[in-house]
Amino acid sequence: MSDNLQPLYTPIKRRSFFTYAGATALVLAGCSKDSDPTTSTPGTISLGAGDVGVLNYAYALEQLEAAFYAQVVKTPAADFLAGELAYFTQIAAHEAIHRDFLKAAITKEKVGSLLQDLTPIFTTINFSSRNSVLTAAKLFEDLGVAAYNGAGILLKSQAYLTVAGQIASVEARHAALVRDLLTPGSFAADDQIDANGLDKQMTPTDVIAAAQSFITQQLDASLVGK
Amino acid sequence: MNLFQIISEIEKVDPEVYDRLDSRRSIFKHMTGLGQKLSAAALPLAVGAIFNKVYAQTPMNASVNDVLNFALSLEYLESYFYNAGQASAPLQLGLSTTNKAALEIIRVDESNHVTFLRGVLGAAAITPPTTATFDYTGGKGTGAGPFADVFINPATYLAVAQSLEDTGVRAYKGGAPLLMSNKTVLTAALNIHSVEARHASRLRTMRRGGANNNAASQGVPAAPYNAAPKSWISGTDNGGASPAQTAPIYGAGNNTNAPTGVTFDAESNTTQGGANLTTLPNTTGFPASAFSEAFDEALDVTTVKAIARTFVVNGSTFLA
Repeated sequence: MSDNLQPLYTPIKRRSFFTYAGATALVLAGCSKDSDPTTSTPGTISLGAGDVGVLNYAYALEQLEAAFYAQVVKTPAADFLAGELAYFTQIAAHEAIHRDFLKAAITKEKVGSLLQDLTPIFTTINFSSRNSVLTAAKLFEDLGVAAYNGAGILLKSQAYLTVAGQIASVEARHAALVRDLLTPGSFAADDQIDANGLDKQMTPTDVIAAAQSFITQQLDASLVGK
Repeated sequence: MNLFQIISEIEKVDPEVYDRLDSRRSIFKHMTGLGQKLSAAALPLAVGAIFNKVYAQTPMNASVNDVLNFALSLEYLESYFYNAGQASAPLQLGLSTTNKAALEIIRVDESNHVTFLRGVLGAAAITPPTTATFDYTGGKGTGAGPFADVFINPATYLAVAQSLEDTGVRAYKGGAPLLMSNKTVLTAALNIHSVEARHASRLRTMRRGGANNNAASQGVPAAPYNAAPKSWISGTDNGGASPAQTAPIYGAGNNTNAPTGVTFDAESNTTQGGANLTTLPNTTGFPASAFSEAFDEALDVTTVKAIARTFVVNGSTFLA
């Protein structure tokens, strides 16, 4: 984190600026066309660009989480401890509400840009096993937190940043509970929280790469926030 | 001549170049007309003049520093609280082993937040408060406030801890839009924000299961949630741990000067982005509580300060 910290309080030195300015003369001579960030990989579904892309990105994750918890509630593991199904029933509702809220928000923001319904692949999850369910839940919740934390800088709208934060902290509350159910005391363990006391953030492409094995459709997050 | 290509090159070194410029469009406006007047040889000089102006500005404007110092103040409030809790033998006696371990993790995180924010702010950081700045009994310096037994009674201690963490979550969320001009700072703030939410979740578990319960995540929430809360905020949690003092933590904020499109609603809010959550499709059969639980709410600086000053001695200018 200390490397990342640097730009926070170190002004770009005037001298290093003039390095840019000097290079400018050289670049001017050999400039090529604008790099164009608006093409997507063939054979994939693009989540889109700009704030709508970020919303679709969140929508993809919430679809995945909502489908997962719906299945958990529908076929609860026989070895759930007392009270655990009740927790998951509540989380399932939260995630379904997140999903449908985002769907409504995207439709309102830009008609015709809504990501299609995704088909989950849960073959690697054993829904009859508490441990398997909790392991998957931990993965989804931590991924969700890191995704929202990383998406903040991609948003242009203050209102969407706030609403993303409103969802992010609920995901973090889920993550802490699920982690403790799986491994007592791991709610803010070192594998998640760094030496500065900071949670993780991930880029959309990294998050989608991590989630892709649970989704039938191939998603492309390369334009999200661009 | 391709100015955007140059900026794109600079962006590789300085990802925030676009924030330093007003916008792509305005930089273009600066250049309009110049091209006709200047030869290609003179252009670098003109471009240099524009960037020189941009980089002569402080990278972090005053409002970002103000927000960070506000966050730092709250971290001191939390950090000193957990330090004092750890130092109190009678309190430690009443806590289970797992709860003590969890509180130690939280204590270290909050201490790290203080160090981290001081590092970010550098010379702009506020003077560290003394421990005498705070009165965690809520007595404003009398030491005999509504939480008078805070460092003796684990139930009171956890109640205050939950109050501080839930406030922190709302404060960081409220501050985030004010940090959008600096992407590195914004991400750091979001990364602290979610840690505070993890803490709040764990503290709520402790209160649900009981201070001396060794199970890390058991316990059944019991409405009205003052004493046995869920891991997330349900409605206004009946005013929180001690409604006479903690109700504002779960109430509505002040929308004066709120960022565009942002409102500081009570935690019981069920309308987000103009959409009534309770009428969304596919959510029939969900309990009414789910719609407010699914979203935490942001809180404005003024309201957060008023809440935090419950624990600051009278006469202190800290968080004033």
